[in-house]
Amino acid sequence: MATVAHTQTSAGQPGRSGAGRWKPFQIVFWLACLIAAIVFPLVFSSPAITTIAFFTLVFAAAGTAWNIFCGYSGYIALGHAVFFGSGCYTIAILCAHWHIAGGWLPFAVVPLAGVAAAIVAVPFGVVALRTRRHTFVVITIAIFFIFQLLAYNLRGITAGSSGLELPIPPWSGYVFNLPFYYVILVILILAVVTSWFVRHSKYGLELLAIRDDEDRARGLGVRTGLVKLSAFMLSAFFVGMCGAVWAYFVESIYPNTAFDAQFDVLIALMAFLGGLGTIAGPLLGALILQPVTQYLTISIGQSGLNLVVEGVIFLAVILLLPQGIVPAVRELIFRRFARRDAMPVAPAPPAPAAVAPATEPNPPDSVAAERS
Amino acid sequence: MSLLQATDISKAFGGIQALNACSIAVEQGSITGLIGPNGSGKTTLFNVITGYERPDTGTVQFKGADISKYGPDRIFGLGIGRTFQLTRIFPRLTVTENMHVAIKRKGLASLLGRWSASSEHDRALQLLQFVGLTHLKDAPAGSLSYGQRKLLELAFILVAEPQMVLLDEPAGGINPTLIGQLVERIRELNRQGMTFLIVEHNMEFVMGLCNRVMVMHRGAKLAEGTPEDVRANPAVLEAYLGD
Ligand SMILES: Nc1ncnc2c1ncn2[C@@H]1O[C@H](COP(=O)(O)OP(=O)(O)OP(=O)(O)O)[C@@H](O)[C@H]1O
Ligand SMILES: [Mg+2]
Repeated sequence: MATVAHTQTSAGQPGRSGAGRWKPFQIVFWLACLIAAIVFPLVFSSPAITTIAFFTLVFAAAGTAWNIFCGYSGYIALGHAVFFGSGCYTIAILCAHWHIAGGWLPFAVVPLAGVAAAIVAVPFGVVALRTRRHTFVVITIAIFFIFQLLAYNLRGITAGSSGLELPIPPWSGYVFNLPFYYVILVILILAVVTSWFVRHSKYGLELLAIRDDEDRARGLGVRTGLVKLSAFMLSAFFVGMCGAVWAYFVESIYPNTAFDAQFDVLIALMAFLGGLGTIAGPLLGALILQPVTQYLTISIGQSGLNLVVEGVIFLAVILLLPQGIVPAVRELIFRRFARRDAMPVAPAPPAPAAVAPATEPNPPDSVAAERS
Repeated sequence: MSLLQATDISKAFGGIQALNACSIAVEQGSITGLIGPNGSGKTTLFNVITGYERPDTGTVQFKGADISKYGPDRIFGLGIGRTFQLTRIFPRLTVTENMHVAIKRKGLASLLGRWSASSEHDRALQLLQFVGLTHLKDAPAGSLSYGQRKLLELAFILVAEPQMVLLDEPAGGINPTLIGQLVERIRELNRQGMTFLIVEHNMEFVMGLCNRVMVMHRGAKLAEGTPEDVRANPAVLEAYLGD
């Protein structure tokens, strides 16, 4: 039965075989998004709005980075706040150490914060990536709490719960947010481009193979340990940069804001909502959820109820939209096209389908020529 | 010297002695059959050879080098490919994507190059044609029928051009017409120099295809010889009937 369905799909499947048809639309769509993102703070220049826009981009970039490892490999990590926090503390410590004053210069430290986060990802990954599935999730949460505790207790470096100050930016008024906005936009674009390259490379295919069947992938020569760890580091690098920009924006950091458990859950939730393993998914998720959580924090944050509501949203997404929005919409569109392209054929009995390969001409020489 | 030599392999799972000082040797260029009753340790032996299980004792040598401590990725890289008794493919990747997993790409090409634009792409498509799955190349592999999955698993191993292929029950659940084709294809690859070690319960398949047959019983090799020898061996019949 399944076979018969496929013979049809492959004939009239616009999704894959006719991917070329979508290409112009895709390019136009992404360009439009880019232009919209660039002009947004110029059109809506109120600081209240650009602040929300800035936070949204932070989460979009961090979610995209999270997705590069977690979405493609299927390893759901709930400890990326470790990298966010590492980025925060790195920029704070380096700026203090080098006596960097507010202005554009602190942004030059941001890549270093990314590198620091990627280095932190090595011991983290070596420990956590030995485990799989639920155990992996639990281990990442545990490691997150270890780092938060370290931030509280290594007072010589982090100043414990009294926190660290960052250089004060010289900008004021309604242009204050703009440098932050555009720097995080650049990081977001880099993250999306990286995600795209990974998705279409052999390296990304190996991550997807790991998601489907890690042991089988190993038995096909994929060095799974190395592939997972490097993707984990790449993911950490971008999240660390996000943390650094965020820290400079908020001006002072504390163990519980830099290493924030809510951050762990939120970026995962955004990727789930938008569509795990898709490029647009985390962007869409951040675009929808960040303003919502921001609103919840402001309106009911005092009572802590915002966390309850976020938890309910998480459950609802997992139950109602397990695939996420992007794959669901894609499927909807493709199904419509498939119906238009290939009119349904009555399913044939399975027997002829199974013999179907026999009807393919087999050119023995083609393979013969390949080997020697 | 044999291409593959496993010497005195023992492997226990809890109280079960799956392999008990088992030794086999596979000659270069042969199609060797490995038969035996259910639970006699055939799959476990495959797992040990391909690095999925560490033997408790004993060594595995491939082309004279000791590979007993290598992992599956390294062993595949040395030129031993295998299929699984319960076929294992990547269900959420398309058939074509499945074909590309085993293709090695080095350095920057693996990071920046699109696999679909690689020079190996043609070879992947040719192999799909070789096993008759071209018409399904864009379908998700998870939607393939049982027999088609077996063919796909065979094809994506071949794409890396291994020197030796281990097949665990390749004919199980495949219709007779297709089995005939499978036999043809294995013979042809063998003519080009590929060595096969095949576990199979279908006796007709084994006796018709293999030039050497080994019989496993209770974790050790019971008998070995040409298909005729093995068929005539009373101990083999007893192993299958008694217990
Ligand atoms: N991972 C494992 N854990 C526990 N026992 C195992 C494991 N793998 C194999 N065994 C046991 O080892 C013995 C040999 O199993 P194996 O799968 O090698 O047999 P086989 O010859 O392949 O059988 P079949 O023809 O049914 O596939 C069996 O008794 C089995 O239960
Ligand atoms: Mg078996």
